[in-house]
Amino acid sequence: MAGKLSVGTTRAGDTTILTPSGDIDINSQPDMAAALKNSAAETGVQRLVVDLTGVPYMDSSGVATLIKASQDAKKRGHKLVLAAPQARVSSILQIAKLGTFFTIAPSVDEAKLR
Amino acid sequence: MDAQANISLKIESNTLFLSGVRELVFHVAKRVGFLDEQCSQMALAVDEAICNVIRHGYGRAPNRPIWISLLCEGGIATPETTSESPTSGLKIVIEDEAKQVDLALIKSRDLDEIRPGGLGVHIIQQVMDEVKYEHRTDLGGLGMRLTMRKLRVPAAEHAAQHGDKECA
Repeated sequence: MAGKLSVGTTRAGDTTILTPSGDIDINSQPDMAAALKNSAAETGVQRLVVDLTGVPYMDSSGVATLIKASQDAKKRGHKLVLAAPQARVSSILQIAKLGTFFTIAPSVDEAKLR
Repeated sequence: MDAQANISLKIESNTLFLSGVRELVFHVAKRVGFLDEQCSQMALAVDEAICNVIRHGYGRAPNRPIWISLLCEGGIATPETTSESPTSGLKIVIEDEAKQVDLALIKSRDLDEIRPGGLGVHIIQQVMDEVKYEHRTDLGGLGMRLTMRKLRVPAAEHAAQHGDKECA
């Protein structure tokens, strides 16, 4: 399990891909929330893809951050897509009964098409 | 603290320590024979429980005490053990000295309403086999105690139930 969270961003047309690396928990959740908020505010962005490949662990604080970002995106008429979650992250989404709330793609490439 | 515990530790209510506690719980559970999926679930439950203490019990104050103890029920394998681990379950106790809350108010929220927050108790109840909240009686009206238990599913039994693919 990783420690401190870093979040990279890449812009491709109307899509911004966020690439967090590390655990998303109560300690690192503000960094994730800030990255999502900043990316959503960029001019011309229609879709946010959160590449979860580098996130080995997420707790309910991280889940809450993604719920808020998804709800904010819907209000703006945008999409938020989660890509390639690891097993432990998929597990907490299922436990929280959010498997159908989020759009989840198996890869970033597929997430860009959702 | 549980006098019979195999491991006892006290941390300050600083969220920086959460990852260390998760690692400890995961790896201890792994070494006494739990499957990776179960180890992850226990680490998650402990994380959520400590977060609740920090947020709700201590109002995010970073320097209040939290006690965590682990008891391997049924015994622990030694380096000489060649058969299946004797550990039948892991009992995890988390205690604080925060203001006591009405036990009836500690419950999962309605998950049909999708909103941020309020998932911690639900997650704990989902992933652990037994969950009990109590008021401590040794601190003059302060302090909560959460006792959680996870039963170990032997690898052979798990494979029979889920196929032979272990979840990570």
